[in-house]
Amino acid sequence: MNPQRVMLITGTRKGIGRFLVERYVAQGWSVVGCSRGKPDWTLAGYEHFEADVADEKAVKALFLALRKQHGRLDALINNAGIASMNHVLLTPIATLQSILSTNVVGTFLFCREAARLMSQDKRGGRIVNFATVATPLKLEGEAAYAASKAAVVSLTEILAREFAPFAITVNAVGPTPIETDLIRSVPKAKMDALIARQAVPRMGTMEDVANVIDFFLRKESDFITGQVVYLGGV
Amino acid sequence: MPDPQKVGQSVLAALAEYNEAENAQVTPEADTVLLGPGGAVDSLGLVRLVMIVERQVEDDFGVPVSLTDEKAMSQRNSPFRSVGALIEYIAAQLGEPR
Repeated sequence: MNPQRVMLITGTRKGIGRFLVERYVAQGWSVVGCSRGKPDWTLAGYEHFEADVADEKAVKALFLALRKQHGRLDALINNAGIASMNHVLLTPIATLQSILSTNVVGTFLFCREAARLMSQDKRGGRIVNFATVATPLKLEGEAAYAASKAAVVSLTEILAREFAPFAITVNAVGPTPIETDLIRSVPKAKMDALIARQAVPRMGTMEDVANVIDFFLRKESDFITGQVVYLGGV
Repeated sequence: MPDPQKVGQSVLAALAEYNEAENAQVTPEADTVLLGPGGAVDSLGLVRLVMIVERQVEDDFGVPVSLTDEKAMSQRNSPFRSVGALIEYIAAQLGEPR
């Protein structure tokens, strides 16, 4: 068994996922990650798997490899997610299915498989999901994305209860807009209007997200579960 | 098709681990009823047992298995009705093309 703590992060090829990999490797974690494509970077202490988070076979194979190699999993960060900014009347069903598949099915699958591995020993584990302020803000143009993340909130709240007997906490962080590919196509006026609705009206940063994750990961946070922390005072 | 005896050994090893971890006394015999009236495990016990059995089978056969696929959950004759049924179900699943 790996004497180091092992963390699995989904969606690590770029953006917040890559940022989190670098952060937690630097903190001494052994980090495993995945994305559909191969990253154009490598990092000592990080191991990458190519997998679609909604592909059950690929996900189970990833967890089998992880268990064989590390024998443990201490934390899962369900970062992988996709969005599509569009009016419902202009949203193809394939877009909705794709968003639900990655954001909901992917989160469900990784939570399930992670809990199986984490429950192997008494240490339990930490699961952190990704919500969004688009859900409580009821953002027009983000119906599919916000609905998918509402499902993630429900999963978080219920899995927190189902996994509690295994000493596994399940929480979620709800970021505001952050400078990543996810919001690249959103018009500036829309973004400004969105940010104006936050208690703290500024763009979020990856450090803001990591700060909440750090809190959920703390050993002392074993009494914190089923919670969603939205950034920016939403 | 995998050797049913080897599958049986996997399941019995998993049962032994389950008994030890949960301080339970599930009799490691084919006709032991697992779930339902007179069953040896409750619903949370089943969750724990499924996890241990899947892990043991994966270790012994080197391939991921899922005891909670739609087929298992919808089967009229649930694979969790007895230890023997569980062994048969796993052997059949391992024998399926991947």
